[in-house]
Amino acid sequence: MLGRRVPAWLSGSVLMALGLAALAAIGSVDAGKSRISATFRQMNVPVEGEFRTFRGTVQFDPKNPAAGSARIEIDTGSFDIGAEEYNDEVKRKEWFDTAAHPHALFVSSSVAPAGPNRFTATGELTLKGKTRELRVPFTVRDEGSSRIYEGEVPLSRKAHAIGSADWDDVLEDRVVVKFRVVTATK
Amino acid sequence: MTDARYTRTAISLHWLIALLIFAGWGLGYYMNDLPASPAKLKYFNWHKWIGVTVFILAVLRSAWLVSHPWPPWPSGVPAWQMRAARLSHFLLYLLMLVIPVSGWLMSSARGFQTVYLGLVPLPDLLPKNKVFGDLLEEVHRVLAYGLAGLVAIHIAAVFKHQFVDRDNLLARMIPFLSSRSPEPRP
Repeated sequence: MLGRRVPAWLSGSVLMALGLAALAAIGSVDAGKSRISATFRQMNVPVEGEFRTFRGTVQFDPKNPAAGSARIEIDTGSFDIGAEEYNDEVKRKEWFDTAAHPHALFVSSSVAPAGPNRFTATGELTLKGKTRELRVPFTVRDEGSSRIYEGEVPLSRKAHAIGSADWDDVLEDRVVVKFRVVTATK
Repeated sequence: MTDARYTRTAISLHWLIALLIFAGWGLGYYMNDLPASPAKLKYFNWHKWIGVTVFILAVLRSAWLVSHPWPPWPSGVPAWQMRAARLSHFLLYLLMLVIPVSGWLMSSARGFQTVYLGLVPLPDLLPKNKVFGDLLEEVHRVLAYGLAGLVAIHIAAVFKHQFVDRDNLLARMIPFLSSRSPEPRP
């Protein structure tokens, strides 16, 4: 048994699988260290809610930004304003409609440099079934074995049919999504 | 009977604050259990603006009181009643200052900043924290009921002076009443 050689095809597959797993681990988002929030204004009062559940992968090398890619999926039902009543409210049909659209998805199509340590990821955001182009500015830095991507991007509620018209006089259309996405570098 | 009166400033502040306390208290009681709606957000903001206004006016009233003490007591008021009046007024002033502050702190802890009249953001003194938020809500509620009790005593004392003692003490706070003297005692 001991002397028997492992078939080449098997060892090759195992190595490849391990390699892929390692690659996936390097790029996958560490949700525990990451934070994605949305800040909106009601009667000029800034209110911030956090998306508690999301996942994704970011492959990015600052030396070769064009080869970078990101895919982030957010559970819309995990939006936490800090008040149970409003957390329940935003799950409803006129808001996120989490029953029909449980996820929001951003997939990048290109990344370009935008200044010293600044980059812009262009891609598509699908939110409540509406897909729109989104340009996401971000910065990158390494901290220990973590790579940290940070940035913020304004969105329009109405562009994604979030919130009915009767809320418009107390709630601004503009919502700023802030993110701190952390991946492992090794 | 005496012609002694409060100053016009003290009278204006008294009635303005009284009006705002009734409005703010009623609104606070009514709005709390409403389901989430644009109207509810408006009520909460109005309630906070009223609270901030009461606080500012109570500070002015306190400062005014230092330079313009109460008019003299009507004759024949027993010492214990003077002590009770001083104590209950001290508590009224205290609650007019403390209740708005407790509401402000509660708003901070709940993550809903207070923006006075939708224009002036007050700093958040506490970080968003559910435990603090729940605790401060309880404090705010208990103090508000305490204030309601004091106001009830305050009004009961007015009735007692007006209809039992018949010393027309109310005229010190409602100037046009002073031209009409009360019914003579039988």
